[in-house]
Amino acid sequence: MADLSAVRADSLVKNFGDFRAVDGIDLHVRQGEIFGVLGPNGAGKTTMLRMLATLLPIDGGHAEIFGVDVRREPHRIRQLVGVTGQYASVDEDLTARENLWLFARLQGLTGTRAKTIAVELLERFGLQEAADRPLSQFSGGMRRRLDLASSLITRPPLIFLDEPTTGLDPRTRGQMWDTIRELVTDGSTILLTTQYLDEADQLADRVAVIDRGRKVAEDTPDALKTQVGDSTLQLNLADGSDTVLAANVVRRLLGEEPVLTPESGRMNIPLPDPNRAADVLIGLREAGLGISSVSVAKPTLDEVFLALTGHGADDEPQMEAAR
Amino acid sequence: MTTTSTMTTTPLTPRRIDPSAVVARTTARSSVQETWVQILAMARRALKKMRRKPEQFFDVLIQPLLFTAMFAFIFGGAISGSVSDYLPVLIPGILAQTALTVCMATGVQLREDMDKGVFDRFKSLPIARIAPLAGPMIADLIRYGLASVLTLVAGLAIGYRPGGGVLGCVGGIVLTVIAGWSLAWIFTWLGTMARSAQSVQGISMMIMFPLTFLSNAFVPAETLPGWLQAFVKVNPVSHVVSAVRDLFNDGAVTAEVGWAVIGCVVVVAVFAPLAVRSYSRKM
Repeated sequence: MADLSAVRADSLVKNFGDFRAVDGIDLHVRQGEIFGVLGPNGAGKTTMLRMLATLLPIDGGHAEIFGVDVRREPHRIRQLVGVTGQYASVDEDLTARENLWLFARLQGLTGTRAKTIAVELLERFGLQEAADRPLSQFSGGMRRRLDLASSLITRPPLIFLDEPTTGLDPRTRGQMWDTIRELVTDGSTILLTTQYLDEADQLADRVAVIDRGRKVAEDTPDALKTQVGDSTLQLNLADGSDTVLAANVVRRLLGEEPVLTPESGRMNIPLPDPNRAADVLIGLREAGLGISSVSVAKPTLDEVFLALTGHGADDEPQMEAAR
Repeated sequence: MTTTSTMTTTPLTPRRIDPSAVVARTTARSSVQETWVQILAMARRALKKMRRKPEQFFDVLIQPLLFTAMFAFIFGGAISGSVSDYLPVLIPGILAQTALTVCMATGVQLREDMDKGVFDRFKSLPIARIAPLAGPMIADLIRYGLASVLTLVAGLAIGYRPGGGVLGCVGGIVLTVIAGWSLAWIFTWLGTMARSAQSVQGISMMIMFPLTFLSNAFVPAETLPGWLQAFVKVNPVSHVVSAVRDLFNDGAVTAEVGWAVIGCVVVVAVFAPLAVRSYSRKM
């Protein structure tokens, strides 16, 4: 049982007309881990998740969840997976308590059991005071919590979280992160998608980076970050024609390859250690190269992308994954 | 931040999740009994929504009252010689028409509902695919019942005296409710196929008008040209109307009642599987 993988997908494919939203993605999620799928809007994250959750037919490839074939046994898969979508999939016309009751009854819990589990979940997610209020009065964070609570009624061993914190304020996001970590201590496995490197870094044991329907990297968050450096030194040279000279200085001092952005004179330099920023600045002054602005930033998804694919995360805005 | 502390102090259940045990417990499909429980849960959801949005009862309340009075006074003299002679012909016809209007609303509302986020969750749950369709239809039985009773009451108010007595009237209303529920599968199927609630509305109108007016609901079929009579005779609405007339006016369970029931069974047998298939394919 120990080597039973939570998710094993081989060369998954999804086409929407001529557009190939998911183009041969392999995925292997181990039991008990938080696996992050990182990528910009339209990369195919949601589409992939929806295929694994039986919400979209799989056009090509093979997928298994705890050894059960997704295509052949959708009804079993639905008993194994709890899905929390990007947009809260709860009933807007019912109260929070009625929502939980409904989803519990639909999954075969008795009337009394459905009532007690609704109370337990409302309490666990801090919604007991709002339990009987209409959902129209709920904040975005409350809706997400209710949505997640609805996915946990039968304690599924695998939980899909599609961008669980997109659009939440920082405090609510922190709470959501705590809740997600707790789920793993209960024994659940989590597959989450996110646009934020920060979030993947905070939560995920391993991360797959998806771009234009393909997997471009898969590793631990730490390993991914070392590929782009822990932080980035961004500077604008006073004279754009100095770029090549400046790049040489950087290579000599840090042994790193600076990323030259299209606007002339702009350089992004991966920094293994933020303290090395001073070395670069001193080196440039010694070489007589003027700087018009300078800043040190933590790596963003955009830089991970730039480093992994050679193009930015939003170079080519593609169609939002069809829902 | 109180949220976080409550979350850590009250774990849902102490035991850890064992995936292979969960896999072993899974079933390949919902049993008949499970499906029934799911349908009832969905019906209860629909009832709660009805209570919260009473405006959806407008068509049920207004149409029977308005149409009964209007048709009786406008067509009564022309078709049957007098209003009181027309009422035994008209009331069962209006009843069928009202039931069809409610059916149409079933399809439109299903489409609106399906566009909401919660249907994503229904699809991701291990429930029978028929439950989200059949649940609201059960709740709609209340609307058919209400509309039928109102039509009859409006008729009684302007002088209709059904010869079938109380039993005949109850029988007629029960038959109307059954027929409404059966025909609603056509509109449910449309609801799962169409792109938007508006298009369901449009297509449904085009189906509803021929079904009601190309039947014997308002005029005796004998007055129609032969080719039209041929259609009127196979139109299930005609059979329902004739059957309800027999029940209301004579209290008699005639062959027409049998034909109406058979017609309903055929409609359900054809359109329920179509609706479920098109719904499942939408995912």
